[in-house]
Order: sequence, then C-alpha cells, then structure tokens
Amino acid sequence: MTAVSLSGVDKSFGEVRALDGIELTLGDGEFVSLIGPSGCGKSTLLRVVADLEQPTAGTVEVAGKSAHRARLDQEYGIAFQQSGLLEWRTVAENVELPLQVHGMARAERRARAAELLELVGLADFAGSRPSQLSGGMQQRVAIARALAPSPRLLLMDEPFGALDEMTRERMQAELLRIAGESGAAVLFVTHSIPEAVVLSDRVVVMSPRPGRITEIVDGRRPRPGEATDLAPDDVEDVRESGAFFSAITAVREALRKGDAV
Amino acid sequence: MTGRATTARVAAPVVFGIAVLVLWQVVVTAAGVPAFLLPAPSAIATQIGAQFPVLLATAGITGGNALVGLVAGFLAGVVLAVLAAGSRLVQELVTPVVLAASAVPIVALAPVFTTMFGSTTEIPRRLVVTVVVIVPVFVSTLRGLRQVQPVHAELMASLAATPWQQARFVRLPGAVPYVMTGLRLAAPAAVVAAIVAEYFGGLQNGLGSRISSAAANTAYARAWAFVAASIALGLLFFLAGLLVERLVTRTRTSR
Repeated sequence: MTAVSLSGVDKSFGEVRALDGIELTLGDGEFVSLIGPSGCGKSTLLRVVADLEQPTAGTVEVAGKSAHRARLDQEYGIAFQQSGLLEWRTVAENVELPLQVHGMARAERRARAAELLELVGLADFAGSRPSQLSGGMQQRVAIARALAPSPRLLLMDEPFGALDEMTRERMQAELLRIAGESGAAVLFVTHSIPEAVVLSDRVVVMSPRPGRITEIVDGRRPRPGEATDLAPDDVEDVRESGAFFSAITAVREALRKGDAV
Repeated sequence: MTGRATTARVAAPVVFGIAVLVLWQVVVTAAGVPAFLLPAPSAIATQIGAQFPVLLATAGITGGNALVGLVAGFLAGVVLAVLAAGSRLVQELVTPVVLAASAVPIVALAPVFTTMFGSTTEIPRRLVVTVVVIVPVFVSTLRGLRQVQPVHAELMASLAATPWQQARFVRLPGAVPYVMTGLRLAAPAAVVAAIVAEYFGGLQNGLGSRISSAAANTAYARAWAFVAASIALGLLFFLAGLLVERLVTRTRTSR
C-alpha cells in the first residue's frame, strides 16, 4: 500500500508551468523531503497532494483514493510554516479542532487530545492559550493537531522555517520520534539541506521553470534499533557522521545541476 | 505596571482638573463674569447638591434610553454584518444603506420620530440611539468577519470544513475583538444621541430636556449641573464599554 502516488502531474498557473511531469511515490511510513530553490513548485506539489490545488493533468492518489476523497476522509494531516493556531482556543481545543470538524464526541476528543499532547511533550500546557507558548511549542501543538485524526500521511510545508537553529534541531529530533511512533508517512517541504538529509529516507531535489524533479538522493533518517555504520540510530550521531556530510554534498550538487539546466 | 506609576497616571489628570476648576472660580469671581455667560463652579456645585435626586432620576431615564438603544443597535449591527458577510446580495443591499445612515444627522431624525410616535413615549429617543449605534458596530463587525488569516482558511479547507463550520470555528470567534471595538466606540455615542434627541420635544424627563428648559428659564447654574450629569453619564458608558471589551478579549493577544 502506498501513502501517496503521483503520476504525470502537471500544474500551470496561466502561462507559468509550476509543475511538469511529476512522478513520485511515498511508501507507508516513508519520510520524503522536497527541496529546491524558490519557485520550483515544491509547495505547489504539497498543496496538490493536499487537494488545496487542482492539478492541470495527471493523477494524484492518497492512501489509495483520489486526493479529493482523501481530504474529505481526513486521510492526511497538515502543518504550515505558521502554526495557524486559533488564539481564542486553549491548546487542547486547538488539537481537538480536526476531530470536532469531523463530528467526534466531546469525551473521545478530550482523550485523544490528551494523548497527542503527551506525544509532543506538552501535556502540562493543555489549558494554556497559544499566545502563552514559544514559537517551537506552538509548532508542536500544530503537529499534534495534524496528527489528531490518526492520518497515514503528514504533510508539512516548512514547519520549522520560522524557528531559530537550536529550536529547529530539537524539533527535528522530536519530529523523527513522533513520525516513528505514529507510523505516518511524511511529505516535508524545506529550504534547508541538512534538515532534509537528517529527516528523510529520500530527498527529492526539484528545479524551477518548469518545476520538475531533477534527482532523488538517499537521506540519512535514523532508524531506531536499526543502527548501521551508514545510519546511526541517534539523530545527534547522524549529524556528526561522514555519511551525513556526503549526503549533504550529493543534495547540494543535485541542486546546482538543476540550477544549470 | 507598578502601583506608583498607576497613582501618577490617575493623579495627574485629577490635579489638572482641580487646577482648572480653581482657575475658573477665580476668574469668574474676580472679573465678575455674568452668570448667563459662565456660572462659577461653586454655583454649579450648589445646584448639583440641591438637584441631586432629580439629577439621578433624569440621568436614569436618559441612561436607560441610551442603554436600550445601544443594545438594540448593537444586536442589529452584528446581525446585519453577519448576514452581509454571508451573502453577497445582502452585503450589496445593506452596506450602502448603513453607511448612508452614518451620514444622516440625528438632529434631522429626532423631530420626525417624535411626530411619528407621539410625545408621550421614549420610543423616538431609543430609535435615534439605535440608528447612531448600528453604524460603528456594523462597520467594525463586518471588517472582523472579512479578516480571516490565510493560514486559518487553508487549515479549514484541508479539514474539509463546511461553510458553517468555517464560520463557527474561525470567522465568528475571530471577529469578536472587532465587534467589541465597535461596541466601545458606540457606547459613548449612544449617550450623546440620547441627550441630543431630547432637545427636540417629547417627554420632559431626561437630562437633555432639563438642560434646554433650565437654559430657557435663565437658570444657568442649574443647566450646567445637568451638563455635568451628562458628562458623568457619558464617561460611565465609555468606561463600561472599555471594561466589556477588556473582559471579552483578555485571553487574546494581538499578534
């Protein structure tokens, strides 16, 4: 079973060809990053998968259904660069939002939100207002919210883009743990090469005008309990390993090649 | 804020106000200003003391009219704004009418309403207040309802929320601070409208009618006493509006 399957996807905005012949498949539980210069269509691609944007041509399947059906069934959760929390709701009520929209009973919602806040390490802040939290904590709430309907797929559009470097690295480790525990596949848009490499099973390198996939590089996502010389199971070890730097170099070269085309 | 800073903030205008009153008293007494021009504060204070029960009763009547009109106008303004935000047709029908209402001078409406409803009822005054209140509440609420953050709109779309859920979870709660701003602006205006409406006949039981009759009877200090009561009533509504706004929006911070 595949989480996402894209085939021959084109997307044009008038004369601009934002996406051109995209072929990509995400397996269950796989972590895939999209990286490329501004205007390469990586965010558009994510939005097409989310059914927030309609492709001009090609087919998009999420969890074996059409992208539209998958959105209606809440098969995916999504997190944006801004946390987008509703500031008049408590942290727990924000996490409950997708469940409330889907008509889940209050008691069940409460329990699920408590569970998720535990998962993202914010159990003590269930009754707080978003404005009382730091940027990193707000983003963790947004991730908990995205995971609320137990989606098989998590879509993330530069979720750590507005965070400082230290917080960002901590959030990456958190995300790896959360993705591992929830078993969800992740499609992750980023500008940062090290971020893409440390998080991903595969890094999809894109180039602009028209937006297309130029190369797919293996990432260095640590797999707990499956440590090898190439892939240690601790994220800090990964960041200091030679394999990490060689993967960064490979992505950088792919980006440069894409630029020259 | 520290206690000392608060004290200073309150004390400064109080001291200033007392200084102005003293200066006023000295100038009026020393220069022998005639009472019809400007009565001395001491004369006004004497009248406030003598007329106190009447002041309270008339302020109660005028305040009551202002409150009834404020509530009616507030509800009408919010409902119209919600309808206008929800339907293009309603918006195009209602918005120009409400904005035109803001250009209507209430002085023009007051005598007409009095003739329409008769001079033995409070309805004309309350109607004038309602018309005055609807405008700021409508404009402010509509702005709030239109101001949905793009990220919230995207989020609700990704959740496949229905238009009603979108309104209930995002649009309406998001507009609350704007609604409260409209209320805060409308509250003191309601008092002004209630007083001015009384200048044009009808029952002689409110602050406005007392001011005009006292002035007409050359009881200048008494007229000023009712003016002072009007100022107090206006301040009361202003502070109440501010308090309600603070209470309702205290859990939010603007980002």
